[in-house]
Amino acid sequence: MENDRIDQIIDKHHGEASSLIQVLLEIQSEYHWLPKEALKRVSEKLKVPETRIQHIATFYKAFSLVPKGRHEIHICMGTACHVRGASRVLDTVQDLTGIKPGETDLELKFSLETVNCLGCCALGPVMEIDGKTHGKMAPAKTADVLKNYE
Amino acid sequence: MPLIHSPAGLEEFRKGILSKRDPKKPCITLCCGSACHASGSGEVAVAIEEEIKKQGLTGTVDVRKTGCHGFCERGPIIINHPDEISYFQITPDDVPEIISKSIKEKKVIDRLVYTDPGTKEAIIHESEIPFYKNQERLVFGSNGSIDPKSIDDYLAIGGYSALAKSLAGMTPEQVLEEVKKSKLRGRGGGGFPAGKKWEGSRNAPGEIKYVIVNADEGDPGAYMDRALLEGNPHSVLEGLAIGAYAIGAHEGYIYVRQEYPMAVENVTLAIRQAEEYGLLGKNILGTGFDFFVKVHQGAGAFVCGESSALMTALEGRVGEPRPKYIRSNIKGLWDRPSVLNNVETWSNVPLIINRGAEWFAGIGTEGSKGTKIFSLVGKITNTGLVEVPMGMTLRDIIFKIGGGIPGGKKFKAVQTGGPSGGCIPEDQLDLEVGFDELTKAGSMMGSGGMIVMDEDTCMVDVARYFLDFLTDESCGKCVPCREGIRQMLKILTNITNGKGKEGDIVLLEQLSETACDASLCALGRTAPNPFLSTLKYFRNEYEAHIKEKRCPALTCKELIAYYIDPEKCSACTLCFKQCPSNAIDGGKNRIHTVIQENCTKCGTCFEVCPARFGAVKKLSGEPVPAPLPEEKRTITRKSKEK
Repeated sequence: MENDRIDQIIDKHHGEASSLIQVLLEIQSEYHWLPKEALKRVSEKLKVPETRIQHIATFYKAFSLVPKGRHEIHICMGTACHVRGASRVLDTVQDLTGIKPGETDLELKFSLETVNCLGCCALGPVMEIDGKTHGKMAPAKTADVLKNYE
Repeated sequence: MPLIHSPAGLEEFRKGILSKRDPKKPCITLCCGSACHASGSGEVAVAIEEEIKKQGLTGTVDVRKTGCHGFCERGPIIINHPDEISYFQITPDDVPEIISKSIKEKKVIDRLVYTDPGTKEAIIHESEIPFYKNQERLVFGSNGSIDPKSIDDYLAIGGYSALAKSLAGMTPEQVLEEVKKSKLRGRGGGGFPAGKKWEGSRNAPGEIKYVIVNADEGDPGAYMDRALLEGNPHSVLEGLAIGAYAIGAHEGYIYVRQEYPMAVENVTLAIRQAEEYGLLGKNILGTGFDFFVKVHQGAGAFVCGESSALMTALEGRVGEPRPKYIRSNIKGLWDRPSVLNNVETWSNVPLIINRGAEWFAGIGTEGSKGTKIFSLVGKITNTGLVEVPMGMTLRDIIFKIGGGIPGGKKFKAVQTGGPSGGCIPEDQLDLEVGFDELTKAGSMMGSGGMIVMDEDTCMVDVARYFLDFLTDESCGKCVPCREGIRQMLKILTNITNGKGKEGDIVLLEQLSETACDASLCALGRTAPNPFLSTLKYFRNEYEAHIKEKRCPALTCKELIAYYIDPEKCSACTLCFKQCPSNAIDGGKNRIHTVIQENCTKCGTCFEVCPARFGAVKKLSGEPVPAPLPEEKRTITRKSKEK
């Protein structure tokens, strides 16, 4: 974790306390999680108490306080996907990966999350891995998709 | 120095753009909205560029990557102008033929055009397809013809003329009066009259005021605002600038979910372009009006779509709502007057200014004016975004535009209004859509999600689904919402798991009443709606779950069992091979049976069993018949007997 990089991100937002969420989002997208040292640095530079940062980091869904796996699986649980059987897809993915939503496996291979609508309702149920959309999923198709990821 | 200095300069500039464009020049427009992108329009775009080069057409054909056209079911979509020939479900393999045959030889490729599933008639032009023909695409219509990354494209279709008209020819009061007269109501959920909201802010004390775009579209199954912001960001900016002028604001924010990266990118670029042109920023069009816009990304919290929560999030804090004794248009962001409207509402403003309040108020019903974009999804043939005049019936939207329910299934209900809305049953299909009409039916307009459900959808499960969503999204500040919704979810989960008890429904009703009356914000106050509306129209389903431990729609996992009908099983071994949990006992020439202890009810056997056999069945509320004795399970095939 280089403080320089964190400082750059903070400076980009003019070091304003009101841009705290924007700063955290950028750190999250760069490192895929919010390391403790980074949060400390943000707290010092923006003069925001660490407790408030912790409050924000645990409130918003985009943030993670633990490292994520190499591949992030997002299963859409939007209403359109739900009525088309998304929960059965989720169950199968849980069985195959051995992790539940919000968890990462021990080898740091997969992280599993549910999301509420990816806006591709025509393709539901939708599973997104590392930003690539896999549409019209069925429990029987999940294993074939997952085995492409190492 | 900005490019354009005066309203007259804008018109000059526009003429310049148009004079350089030949309306007869072939132009391929490719839908690159999120849904088409997911179905591969990125690859198609690359193929088009390559093929144009390869076939020596560089410079003679324009290619335009547009935002969402709405017909997501058939994406990726290509429309060839000027003849408006439309092709659907394009793959990169189709591209060489499109260039050589359709562009060079001006011939129509029959296999790629739309075929009406009913009449089997091929329809060549986009506007004649029933999905589009029955719509009135005022706000959303330009999406298909402009590149969202090009401000010139927006100017070419008359963009920013409403802003110029407001700044140069109207006083802020006149602009406000026009919006009031149009009776435009907020498209984000509440349906509050926009003009009234603006007026409150205009009259509120204070030098600094704000205008904000709510692009934190969180309703699952709704993506209208995303498509607008991605596909036509300048229309939102123009509306916002007009609003700022009317209320006297010089700063604006766009609060957009970080889950919408393309929207963030396109609107950020649009702001920069508009500033370069002198359409945003200091001294806009030389009229002395300053207006600056910033983009703020949301970090993923449904409650931030609520006005006061959104404003606290903008201030860089946790997005929790506050009691609204004083409305946010008087005391909002940093305690200053702030007008918050959603993407679609702002996009309507330039239309009202350009074409007049009377024209706008002439569309729609008594209480709801103009058009509304709906996201028509779920068990529907034509999934997509549709824009219709207020007052169209649900039946027309679902059957005329949406093409009805696929797979020969029966319509059961349509869910509108997202997690705060409700389900409307078949006997109310002739209801005209409008803010008040939908509320009267026990649902609401919400932001425009319309999720169609067929006979296979369990209504108790739908209620449980929304309560599950809301439990997760409740910010936790007030007790009725935080605890009430959680308890409701617990009871509903029990019911769908077959553990429902007598008295559960009454208890749920009591909890609903408390949450409705005592919650701090609309999230909690409307949270019981999915339960209340499904109970109102589908009480029998609740009773079947509780009393008979039966799920009539055969959906609730704990209440169903998979069973293979020995009369119909042909031992094709498909389900035997694909079952992920070794729960099928079968083999060659042996009638298959489900080993109930191993079955995880994933439904794979049900899906893979060929329709001509239809041997796998779901049972609920009845015992699973015992498997055939071993000696009766062998199938002797006729062909082999010969």
